[in-house]
Amino acid sequence: MSKKDLGLLVLILVVGAVVTAINPRFLLPINLANTSNLIGLFGILSIGQAFVIITGGIELSVGSLVALLGTLFIDFIAVRELDWPLAFVVIILLGAIIGFVHGWLITRLKLQPFVVTLCGLLIYRGVARFYTADGTAGFAFGQNFPDLEFLTAGRSGGVPNSFIALIIIAIVMWVVLHRSVFGRYLYAIGKNEEAAKYSGIRTGRIVIAAYVICGVLTALSAIYFAMYTRSISPASHGQFYELYAIAAAVLGGFSLRGGEGSLVGVILGTVLLQELQNLVNLLGIPSSLNFAVMGGVILIGVLVDQQWGVFRARRRMVEATRQNVAGAPAE
Amino acid sequence: MISTDTTHPNTAPFLSLEAVRKTYPGVVALDRFSMEVRPGEVIGLVGENGAGKSTLMKILGGVTRPDSGTVTVDGAAHDGLTVEQSIGSGIAFVHQELNLFDNLDVAANIFFGREPLRAGPLKLVDRAKLRDMVAPLLKRVGANFSADAPVASLSLAQQQMVEIAKALSIRARLVILDEPTSSLPIAETEKLLDVIKGLKAQGISVIFISHRLHEIERVADRVVVLRDGTLAGTLAKAEINHDEMVRLMIGRMLKEREKAGEAARAPGGVALSANAIRTSTYPDRPVSVELRRGEILGLAGLVGSGRTELARVLFGIDERLGGSVALDGKPLDVGSAADAVAAGIFLVPEDRKLTGILLDLSIAQNISLPNLPAHAKHQLVSTGAELATAEKQKKNLGIKAPSVLTRTGTLSGGNQQKVVLAKWLAMNPKVMILDEPTRGIDIGAKAEIYGLMRALADAGVAVLMISSDMEEVIGVSDRIAVMHEGQISGILDKDDFSQENVLLLAVGKKPKLLQAAGGVE
Repeated sequence: MSKKDLGLLVLILVVGAVVTAINPRFLLPINLANTSNLIGLFGILSIGQAFVIITGGIELSVGSLVALLGTLFIDFIAVRELDWPLAFVVIILLGAIIGFVHGWLITRLKLQPFVVTLCGLLIYRGVARFYTADGTAGFAFGQNFPDLEFLTAGRSGGVPNSFIALIIIAIVMWVVLHRSVFGRYLYAIGKNEEAAKYSGIRTGRIVIAAYVICGVLTALSAIYFAMYTRSISPASHGQFYELYAIAAAVLGGFSLRGGEGSLVGVILGTVLLQELQNLVNLLGIPSSLNFAVMGGVILIGVLVDQQWGVFRARRRMVEATRQNVAGAPAE
Repeated sequence: MISTDTTHPNTAPFLSLEAVRKTYPGVVALDRFSMEVRPGEVIGLVGENGAGKSTLMKILGGVTRPDSGTVTVDGAAHDGLTVEQSIGSGIAFVHQELNLFDNLDVAANIFFGREPLRAGPLKLVDRAKLRDMVAPLLKRVGANFSADAPVASLSLAQQQMVEIAKALSIRARLVILDEPTSSLPIAETEKLLDVIKGLKAQGISVIFISHRLHEIERVADRVVVLRDGTLAGTLAKAEINHDEMVRLMIGRMLKEREKAGEAARAPGGVALSANAIRTSTYPDRPVSVELRRGEILGLAGLVGSGRTELARVLFGIDERLGGSVALDGKPLDVGSAADAVAAGIFLVPEDRKLTGILLDLSIAQNISLPNLPAHAKHQLVSTGAELATAEKQKKNLGIKAPSVLTRTGTLSGGNQQKVVLAKWLAMNPKVMILDEPTRGIDIGAKAEIYGLMRALADAGVAVLMISSDMEEVIGVSDRIAVMHEGQISGILDKDDFSQENVLLLAVGKKPKLLQAAGGVE
């Protein structure tokens, strides 16, 4: 765990302690379970976002995708009565395809990630609303999917299964990001795409793969969100979720320029965000201030990180000059 | 220690340093250093990177105070200068990286922040007066451009003239030029050397720092050589010559250069042949060239003649608009750098920091990057294998760094270039393209890089070296191809090598020995 991640963990614990001191209900099992469920749902979404951000890109359409794919999933199993495992696979595939298209537009047609995914944000939201004729997608009375419900909204030994899913995904993605050849390529591209290309890396393919991973994880979280809310009004479902995901990554130490950040960081970022949401509820802060609190904390976090970075860069420069001068007599 | 100067023997020195010493924690950057600069004298200051030149500059600029010693400027002795004293006494710097606003015109740049203002409440810039003030300055540097030309439209040498004019505008008496020619093409360099002579004629002293020793030979009245923070020697005008400077700089003779200059051995077969290649910069000028195994083909030409573009097409970075490439006689379709790397065609690019290496990654990570799958099991990177490769290359190439985990951004230019080479040498190159491989690199590292290139050629690799450094092209190549406006204007064999011939071909004229022009399409 890097120093940055450790700092974030300490912050989470301190905020937790303060909230507990003011309102001990913070530590009630029911509150912890609810919060960790939300951490699971947003965490899966944020990991996907993190893979795109590490390449120096951004994926703004995930909130709309959560609405569109969630709507489709519920429609598939509740209205069209597809077997849920089949519907599950179709939704994940759809997520992968959409991610591929975004990646393709960005790498092959050289469109800016912000523009491509902003259009996605608008398009998918519109399609979702059109699909339900601005209605609500939901289950009919008495419709049950015991296995699916257990896997998504159920609990094992009191721990929400969504949270367990996040842990499993996080471990796998940690290995992918921090130990695999692909992960190294992602960092290299994020740091300097040109230099990576000059080293013979097929940067286009790697970037497309990052968007596909984001699409797949977004689709998975869309299913989890759908099964958590059980009814979706596409006009508002998943709204601003892209910002939650980006915020989690930024809080977790990701640079929007790419090439920086860790998987542990984005998970801790998600945890802190959900803790703040919980804090707003528990401390009786008007919920209208919800976003303001989040924005304030992110701003402070980024500021501290930035100043720390400036300080470190200065120290590194001093050391480098020393080394250069020191290295000279040896030459 | 200081030789008596022949040009101005009677004038008192404008600047003199006596027994100057500067230490940084754990290291002596400058020690017992003394030198003098007389009015109207051109001093060539040479030394490897890290020899103490930057420290000396910082002391003269007033940025750093020496620990001991005396700095005497214009008769007044100081323990050390402040920035104000430095500027006030007329010491001006022209850095390698220019500090100009390229969106403003020449006049605005020269008097930036000191513009003559018109009377009245608005205090508008008095443009007429500004132009009158600028005109004589431009005349003094021999400028061939007008005061209202936008800086962006000027060539690099012209921009340097603007910097020098700026220095003159603050009544500079000593102009310090820090590697002014390292990024200049040949013709431009001439202009700059003329400007230096002009300054000298006006009684202004010049300290000229350069790694290009033949330029120093041409303009310097005296050469001061730094090595390891001490004065390695001073050469009076008559003693200035290339070998002597190199000997003082590195304290030994260069073997590598002699080796690189050996007679060309029998070249091998054709490794890479490019037929009628067309690049996007010169779409209507097909280029054909053959690279033989075991030879170093120098690719000379003026900046913008299409050399880099050719290299980028061969390496698959730029799209090939036409023509074909064959490697070892078999047609090869290079659609991307990844294809080129897979085929064994490697490029050491011109811009080391932007495209050659990733500054934020460690030496080991940079070296393994193009060949990562070979350092992985089941797609998981094996740090052990990675470090082993890096250690081996670090030792082979003599990369000077605390460890292979050091960030490449902290290394010197020469060592960074070695990392670029290391990543390709760790694989099996068939064709190695090097674009300005020694730009901004000190003499010692340069010689090592020449040695590496020769070793590669000896091992049967076809080497293509793009270079604007005439000495380098002639000293290192087995054959020289010269490009002019997108086409190869001629190929010179060893017997016909001369600066004149290369220059003639570079400007599109015929070389003196006509049999040399074989192989032109």
